[in-house]
Amino acid sequence: MNADLRAMASRIRPGMRVALPVDYAGVSMAMTRPMIAHGAGDLHLICVPTGGLQVDQLVGAGLVRTVETSAVSLGEAGGAPRFNQAVKDGTIRLRDATCPAIHAGLMAAQKGSPFMPMRGLIGTDVLRHRDDWQVIDNPFAGGGDPVVLIPAIHPDVAIFHAPMADRSGNVWIGRRRELAAMAYASAETLVTVERIVEHNLLADEATAAGTLPALYVTAVAEAPRGAWPYGLWGEYATDTDELLRYARAARTAEGFAKYMAGEASA
Amino acid sequence: MTAILPRETLIFTIARLLDGVKLVAVGAASPVPAAGAMLRRALDDGRRTVRLSVLGSVEHNFFTNGSAELFDCAGQGRLDAFFLGGGQIDGQANVNLVGVGDYPQTQVRWPGSFGSAYLYFTVPKVILFREEHTPRVLVEKVDFISAPGVSPPGVYRPGGPVALLTSKGLFRFDSGRPGFTLESVHPGHDAAEIAAATGFAYETPAIVPETPLPDPATLTLLRGRVLDELAETYPAFAAEWRRDLAALAA
Repeated sequence: MNADLRAMASRIRPGMRVALPVDYAGVSMAMTRPMIAHGAGDLHLICVPTGGLQVDQLVGAGLVRTVETSAVSLGEAGGAPRFNQAVKDGTIRLRDATCPAIHAGLMAAQKGSPFMPMRGLIGTDVLRHRDDWQVIDNPFAGGGDPVVLIPAIHPDVAIFHAPMADRSGNVWIGRRRELAAMAYASAETLVTVERIVEHNLLADEATAAGTLPALYVTAVAEAPRGAWPYGLWGEYATDTDELLRYARAARTAEGFAKYMAGEASA
Repeated sequence: MTAILPRETLIFTIARLLDGVKLVAVGAASPVPAAGAMLRRALDDGRRTVRLSVLGSVEHNFFTNGSAELFDCAGQGRLDAFFLGGGQIDGQANVNLVGVGDYPQTQVRWPGSFGSAYLYFTVPKVILFREEHTPRVLVEKVDFISAPGVSPPGVYRPGGPVALLTSKGLFRFDSGRPGFTLESVHPGHDAAEIAAATGFAYETPAIVPETPLPDPATLTLLRGRVLDELAETYPAFAAEWRRDLAALAA
């Protein structure tokens, strides 16, 4: 196992709030096994705004106490087997949300604000089960007009994968701005990249606009094909066959353990 | 008359429902709604601009501000139409995307509510699309409300459901009543079959017409340009469609 990835995983401590991106935005699958080997558990996962394979594997490995998410699935490969089993068994705490509420919570943290108001949600069971969200009457409306307040989401650490970083720790995220939102809101950000380039990403206006400055980045490690079996935008496609192989294997705890013991190969 | 595949009827129906939209978004893994939106765009070509955003597509997605931009667009009132499925849909158009049984320890867990708890409120034309038309999907009352079909007065609600399309037929939704009315049945199905397969009460007119089918020009567009466009995002679905067309011609 890559020493850099091991070192990054060792920054995660039990009980941390960990922000992870949606399956098409740049999931650092390369960090999953190092995280499991490191073994820090009782994690509170924040899916931005939904989760997939990585969430399922961390749940299956028993590292997760809480999942805050708008959805968890393996996309075309179907339901997330270990997550679904954990829900059925009642072994994880659920914080069901809706996508823009997760974005709103991160946005509040980005601004240093205590909360963000948002439309929708009134009358849903999503809202009914969230005792951390509040409903107030819009103070500018002159009576009535209920609106939901989403408290700021402050992850301890954000973890994602991107195409490239430079030697200064600037990371190119292109138009995947949710990765920046995660980093702004989080105390630490751990990034794996396809490659580290020798030129400064901020020196060229063409890459500067899509670059997350090193200010927000705690550590970077090179991990070629680090999103696999997920794809990475502009780089490679999702390996749906591998997702299906996992989905079949992880139907049982034994099958999951056997799959995870196998060598990860891209 | 040319034979028409059941999925072509669904795609054409979606294109009809989308008449007049300027911006339509399609969620991940939704080939039929995507094809319907692409057909709408093709039909309106040269007359008006229809913009389409397909989640997960590179070619059919122009957003540059991450996954929040779709919701921001909806909040700004720019998004005219969207699609929702649902593990359960009830007669009040409540949608359940979370699971069966008592939350949180549901015995069957579906992925989750995604953006439904927001988009159902903010997008004027939400089309409920679920191919499976059975009493276990179309239920009297959902087990969990991911998104409610209607809201009480005073709740900000510019959006909501307009129709429910299944493999058997098309319902219109009346938010004033509230409830569904059977609008048409697809070829090969009838009102009695639909009544037996639907778990909620709805209104049925004395005569239920057949769902309109695409004319030859529309069919040419559908099997040409739309099928080609769809193949970028949904290659497997497009290939299966082509196979069915070849079998139809044989």
